[in-house]
Amino acid sequence: MGALELKSVTKSFGSTEVIKGVDLTVNDGEFCVFVGPSGCGKSTLLRIIAGLEDATAGDILLDGKRVNEVAPAKRELAMVFQSYALYPHLSVRDNMGLALKQAGQPKATIQAATEKAAAMLSLGPLMDRRPAELSGGQRQRVAIGRAIVRTPKLFLFDEPLSNLDAALRVATRIEIARLHRDLKATMIYVTHDQVEAMTLADRIVVLRAGKVEQVGSPMELYNNPANTFVAGFIGSPQMNFLDAAALGLQPGQAGIRPEHLAITRHQGEIPAEVSHVEKLGGETLVYARSAQHGLLTVRLFGEHDYAVSEPVHLTPDRARLFEFDSEGLRRV
Amino acid sequence: MSPGRSIAAHAALITWTLIALFPVFVIVINSFKSRKAIFADPLALPWPENFDLIGYQTVMKQGDFFLYFQNSLIVTCASLFFVLLFGAMAAFALSEYRFRGNTLMGLYLALGIMIPIRLGTVAILEIMVASGLVNTLTALILVYTAQGLPLAVFILAEFMKSVSDDLKNAGRIDGLSEYRIFFSLVLPLVRPAMATVAVFTMIPIWNDLWFPLILAPSEEVKTVTLGAQVFIGQFVTNWNAVLAALSLAIVPVLVLYLIFSRQLIRGITAGAVK
Repeated sequence: MGALELKSVTKSFGSTEVIKGVDLTVNDGEFCVFVGPSGCGKSTLLRIIAGLEDATAGDILLDGKRVNEVAPAKRELAMVFQSYALYPHLSVRDNMGLALKQAGQPKATIQAATEKAAAMLSLGPLMDRRPAELSGGQRQRVAIGRAIVRTPKLFLFDEPLSNLDAALRVATRIEIARLHRDLKATMIYVTHDQVEAMTLADRIVVLRAGKVEQVGSPMELYNNPANTFVAGFIGSPQMNFLDAAALGLQPGQAGIRPEHLAITRHQGEIPAEVSHVEKLGGETLVYARSAQHGLLTVRLFGEHDYAVSEPVHLTPDRARLFEFDSEGLRRV
Repeated sequence: MSPGRSIAAHAALITWTLIALFPVFVIVINSFKSRKAIFADPLALPWPENFDLIGYQTVMKQGDFFLYFQNSLIVTCASLFFVLLFGAMAAFALSEYRFRGNTLMGLYLALGIMIPIRLGTVAILEIMVASGLVNTLTALILVYTAQGLPLAVFILAEFMKSVSDDLKNAGRIDGLSEYRIFFSLVLPLVRPAMATVAVFTMIPIWNDLWFPLILAPSEEVKTVTLGAQVFIGQFVTNWNAVLAALSLAIVPVLVLYLIFSRQLIRGITAGAVK
């Protein structure tokens, strides 16, 4: 229970159009991630789904019912915010129980639901604390707990990990993935971090300037990007874009991921000069500048020694090359 | 900060404090002295030889000072309550909702900061006469509420813009009404600003002589400042009584100030240091 459908949804603030006609279906139980650079409208889209903003045009359907005019609280969804947004004057227990209390549920039900959510997130010992007495990671767990307690049709996450430090971000990410497996609920997750998108999503929606660029599973987007924007956005480090004509292909751009670019000292297709080396232990990133193609990134596994300004040769794996036309669209 | 600069800053601030407190100090010390002693040496401290409570005795006996105090307190507290309530509500609407003419409405509501309400005294008096509110505390409360609102709306709207949108939205998703969001989420977070507004609103109301004199001069609705005027005559002024009345008038407003001041300091500095 929790299928969402958007039909040509648009949103304007004054004369600026921020969402330019989005059509999208999110299936029941799916983990869908909206990803895109800041200002692409992904958070606005989430707010429209939540009912916190009105769509200028178009329909929002939850389980087949149009909910455009339904108040946020009546849409049976829960939202987790980037800034946690816990009620500062309430204890963790009351923060988590507030929505049920507002809905007029009996005390015993609220008690049971909060205890269950607390157990899932191991919040037990923190139940009587105020938000001010919690660390950032604990606050975000409480915020997630508050969402779980409502057993919503739809979970909405608005960049929930952005305020956490790196280690905590990974831990919380794993926790969210586990929750999705356990609850089997529909989740929509907004992030600008493609790693979060790749690791969590069943399906990724890539947005740019209020428009959907591509929808697909993480591996579909990785292996089959529709245009240069998606190709560049998905995958880290970023895909290299080469001058296709110089490689003997049709004019346009040729994309190659850093892991599919071979580097040799003596012979190869593209002569270049090492400009910087990043050693991460498990992998080594070599940045090499070529006269024809500009700065290119090569990703090598294990430790490798290259000196800055050392001449090298790069060879792209032709089978892994993506060809794009001058508009940036993928050539089929 | 170097010690030299620190000393200089402290010296400047202490001097300023002394200058500001001096008139109050003179009022208070002289209220405890005999009439002769006041004129003989206004700056002398009340010693046993010139100590006299005649001023306070006169105030207690003559005129109904407890009633005046009560009137002042009712007027100040009621106006304060309405200014804070309506000011905060208007500020919330202006900062939270997008509607046509929002900015214009904000400017209109803030216009009163620049136009002194006393310019409208004649019209206000006519309105009060027409509505039969002359010589009632209601008249004063209405005028003071109007007088305090512009600044309250202006300051509170700025502060409310800084309250996290996520928090309000979380409340909406959890099914809180806009009133609950306003009263239980937003108001507690702007408490320092409310205290600032409360102090800035309260002191001019408590001290005002103009409107009580014009709108409510009769005996049973007199405020303290107006009541103290009883002792100021055209030819003879009972300085003991005037000073005693004024000293007493400081007490309630000081108590209110102390209640708000802890919050006030945070309110004034909140915008500056972040």
